[in-house]
Amino acid sequence: MTDMPGTIEAEKSRDIRKRWLLSLPALLIILLASTGPLLIVLVYSFLTPGPYGDVQWLPSLEGWIGVVMEKDIFDGTFSLADAHVSIFMRSVMLSLATTVLTLLVGFPTAYFIATRPEKTRELWLFLITIPFWTNLLIRTFAILEIIRNEGLINGLMLKFGLISKPVQMLFTDGAILTGMVYVYLPLMVLPLYASMEKLDFRLVEAAYDLYATPFRVLRKIIFPLVKPGVIAGSILVFIPALGAYVTPSILGGGKNMMLGNLIELQFGQGRNWPLGAALSITLMLIVMAALLVYVRNAGSQGSRHG
Amino acid sequence: MAKTFSIRRQRGFTTIAMACFFALYLPIAVLVFYSFNAGESLASFDGISLRWFTKAFQNQQVIDASIRSLQIASFAAVVATIAATMAALATTRTEPYRGLTLKYAFINQPLMIPEIVTAVALLIFFARVKIWTGYSGLGYLIAAHTAFCIPFAYLPIRARLENMDLTLEKAAADLYATPWNTFRYVTLPLLWPGILAGFMLAFVISLDDVVITEFVKSAGQDTLPTYMLGQIRRSITPEMNAISTLFLLLSVCVVTVFFIVNRKRV
Repeated sequence: MTDMPGTIEAEKSRDIRKRWLLSLPALLIILLASTGPLLIVLVYSFLTPGPYGDVQWLPSLEGWIGVVMEKDIFDGTFSLADAHVSIFMRSVMLSLATTVLTLLVGFPTAYFIATRPEKTRELWLFLITIPFWTNLLIRTFAILEIIRNEGLINGLMLKFGLISKPVQMLFTDGAILTGMVYVYLPLMVLPLYASMEKLDFRLVEAAYDLYATPFRVLRKIIFPLVKPGVIAGSILVFIPALGAYVTPSILGGGKNMMLGNLIELQFGQGRNWPLGAALSITLMLIVMAALLVYVRNAGSQGSRHG
Repeated sequence: MAKTFSIRRQRGFTTIAMACFFALYLPIAVLVFYSFNAGESLASFDGISLRWFTKAFQNQQVIDASIRSLQIASFAAVVATIAATMAALATTRTEPYRGLTLKYAFINQPLMIPEIVTAVALLIFFARVKIWTGYSGLGYLIAAHTAFCIPFAYLPIRARLENMDLTLEKAAADLYATPWNTFRYVTLPLLWPGILAGFMLAFVISLDDVVITEFVKSAGQDTLPTYMLGQIRRSITPEMNAISTLFLLLSVCVVTVFFIVNRKRV
């Protein structure tokens, strides 16, 4: 009897040891091929660029300074790196615009799906899921096919004599925005739907009984109730949009770069790995901040209702 | 039909939703439609032809890249699913213990970092490893893919486990089943739909990956997506449409199976 707690303790610690053993393969793989290398990026951001890419093992802050400053090659003075700042601004603005636009389109769409009868709902949901699982590259390519100079829109307009020469739509910020909204829309709709599905329409009914207008119901009842979905969707769109690489490199071309392309450039023609590393860490920090905001919000939401 | 008042109705929402579905499918439809175009131009449709499909099938680079994609995806998805299943068993149906939150953070880490950052990190790391070991095979791509597939495989498996209580496993243990037999004959069959869903997610995620593959691959290690990216940047022929159409078809098949597997669960 007296040693009972002891055996339970022993049992417990054996169980925990077993659990560590079981999770070891997953943890090791991720440590080796994801988390570990990220730490190396941090180290590289404090080194000196090598002449042909790679790094020299000399500590330096040049990479970090290069994120926002530019060294004049003649007199060695520093000035604000306008190109980098404008790429930062473009990335943030385009990602925010993508988030807002996907929300404006995604909210009614998710609401539409959530208010379908049980039977057809699954079909509508399926229709959102298919593009979600379709290769992002292919979806970007589909947009490219439509807006490029030899593409569908220009082709049709030329054919019907509406224009005499193709309108340049590709390689503009508008093209990137169109592509990102198209590509990330399912990421907004799915979490929105998840929270709308649980919506208690008795509350909506009560509001109507109290003579609320439909818009008021939307603003005062529905929106606050599905706010967690709105935040989740916005985060799910904003984060990949900020780090987007494929979509801006295909639709934006070399001139309209976003952060992802700027980072790639440092490891390609730029041959400035420390700068690329510093830019990567910067992007990571912005994403972390956004995630933190999300966790905070989700946390307070949970405690308010529970 | 008379318009009756519905509390669920919001003015204009249905219109926007319809426009949204239309906009989602129009570009894909155009893409598929023109893969059957006999001519080369997008502006005119010169009749139905399979010539671009034939061309794609005769393109050795496309075949090699497709095989490589499938190899990597199969290998990565199998390893990721096994690791994720074990990890899910280790992190569910338990009281919180020390290190549990850390495990969650680790397993979900690939989801939280922008792909481009991971890609750069792997480029740097593997460049070193290549110098040290002299090995430059597909192993790097497989390792990278396995790592970012784990959280995707983990999600449905964990969800499935959390809906299973321990009653049946306890009953089996009461009947003197060994832990292995309990797992083999009780836990595994119950968990199977989750594992299958996890595997398919991982497989599709690996198959679709562009960014990490683009940075990690050595010369001559193009997967189908990176090959396509290269082609899109150079010159676009309807052959790309044909390849995209086939790729799409594969995705739709996997998603449909995924949907059916998931539905049975409910």
